[in-house]
Amino acid sequence: MIRVQSLVKKFGDFTAVQDISFEVQQGEIFAFLGPNGAGKTTTIKMLTTLLKPTSGTVTLDGLDPQREQHEARRRFGIVFQDPSLEWELTAAENMEIHGVLYHVPRKLRHERTEQLLKLFELWERRNEPVKRFSGGMKRRLEIARGFLHTPKILFLDEPTLGLDPQSRNQLWNHVRHVNETEEVTVFLTTHYMDEADRVAHRIAIIDHGKIVAQGTPAELKEQTGTDSLEGAFLALTGSSIRDEAAGSADQMRQFVKMWRK
Amino acid sequence: MGALYILWLRELKRYLRSHTQIVASLGQPLLYLLALGFGLGPVFQRSGNGSYLQFIAPGVIGMMVLFTSIFSGIGLLWDRQFGFLKETLVAPVPRLTVVLGKTLGGVTVALIQGTLVVIVTLIAGFRPGSVAAIPFAFAFMALIALVFAGLGTAIGSRLQDMQGFQLIMNFLVMPIFFLSGALFPLDHLPKVLGAITTADPLSYGIDGLRGTLIGRSHFGLTIDLAVLVVIAVATLTVGSYLFSKIEA
Ligand SMILES: Nc1ncnc2c1ncn2[C@@H]1O[C@H](COP(=O)(O)OP(=O)(O)O)[C@@H](O)[C@H]1O
Ligand SMILES: [Mg+2]
Repeated sequence: MIRVQSLVKKFGDFTAVQDISFEVQQGEIFAFLGPNGAGKTTTIKMLTTLLKPTSGTVTLDGLDPQREQHEARRRFGIVFQDPSLEWELTAAENMEIHGVLYHVPRKLRHERTEQLLKLFELWERRNEPVKRFSGGMKRRLEIARGFLHTPKILFLDEPTLGLDPQSRNQLWNHVRHVNETEEVTVFLTTHYMDEADRVAHRIAIIDHGKIVAQGTPAELKEQTGTDSLEGAFLALTGSSIRDEAAGSADQMRQFVKMWRK
Repeated sequence: MGALYILWLRELKRYLRSHTQIVASLGQPLLYLLALGFGLGPVFQRSGNGSYLQFIAPGVIGMMVLFTSIFSGIGLLWDRQFGFLKETLVAPVPRLTVVLGKTLGGVTVALIQGTLVVIVTLIAGFRPGSVAAIPFAFAFMALIALVFAGLGTAIGSRLQDMQGFQLIMNFLVMPIFFLSGALFPLDHLPKVLGAITTADPLSYGIDGLRGTLIGRSHFGLTIDLAVLVVIAVATLTVGSYLFSKIEA
């Protein structure tokens, strides 16, 4: 479903993604793990038509996201790492815009909106402008919106960042649900090793723009002789904390939390 | 079609909900109209040019349409900063539809703002030559809005941050306004200024408004119309092209 070969992305003379290759099968849940600034978001942007690769090839359901942008965009849905809501409009209006942009028929749009906003506990507040929402509520809305249409491939870039445990649980249940019932292929990144361990079928660990290991969670643990994915992660990426040039304070905090666990 | 409509509607809703901004935005044209209209009125009259209020009202209407439309395009910068731009960039909708929805939304808002200023000028004492002129004046307002919404989109597609915005404001938007003949007649200007005003697209918009509203035109309505249509096609094409090339 996704095939990446020798993919490279340079920003000036800084190489964010260095020659990575991997494949994701249809119906698979694939997790991309890596420290801050490893190149996860940059990779997702190249997969989702937002960035042009410096070199290498990407195929998405047989399509080239650069040359067949429009066709490629019909294949996937994405929850971005950074905010992407319209702040001046209400939660319901944000859902409506998304539903229309993704050609979800009106009736289904309204049913799903109600179901998802209830699931993520935003239904009572649906007619309030997003700018009045707390950080967690905004994040929940981004996620609810991501599930409004059913794409072939769903990209989730650190979807649980800033979510409380309840919502996190709802999210992963829902991811598993659409994966099992609708065969949606899922490509996700996260900082929480336990989550990846629980939901992902296969994992690639990326560090400094390079993939350092790939396999099922069990394989990775075996390969590194550790008993948790977190142990495997540390063994593979070392234990120095990474600075991210454009990193947000939020990310840094998440990262620190992770190390303290 | 649905996508075009929903993106147009988004612009309109954002506008209609910003009550304070709407009121605030009327302050500037009001100031020009009253301070300049009445302040310079006597001098203007004595120089044999007639009523300055009559003269400046179309200029002030054009000013509002210019500002509103160009900022709607440059507003892409805000969409980028708040992140909503990404949502539209990956949607399975042609980029042309996305940019048209936004642009037409901006044009609609500019026309509403222009209408508010028309009302303000009428209250201040402005009297158009005939009621029949009003629809033609709206056509010119729409053309001004299209020209500058296109230009704004072109700029907004390339701008990355707020510093760029200040630069555009001081070195592009303000000069376009001041060098357009919105505030002074284009006849008998010094050579250089005359050349600059002739190169300013807004000159033709204001001239068209003045021609339809008070029957006083420098270039002639046909030329105004032709120039505006050609420039609108150009800025909208460039704007759409640059928008289609945005990376995030
Ligand atoms: N537009 C850009 N210009 C320059 N450097 C960038 C840009 N986007 C990302 N980077 C850099 O590329 C590296 C990878 O970033 P990113 O893909 O966001 O990492 P991750 O998502 O794994 O935390 C970081 O060092 C980041 O600062
Ligand atoms: Mg990232």
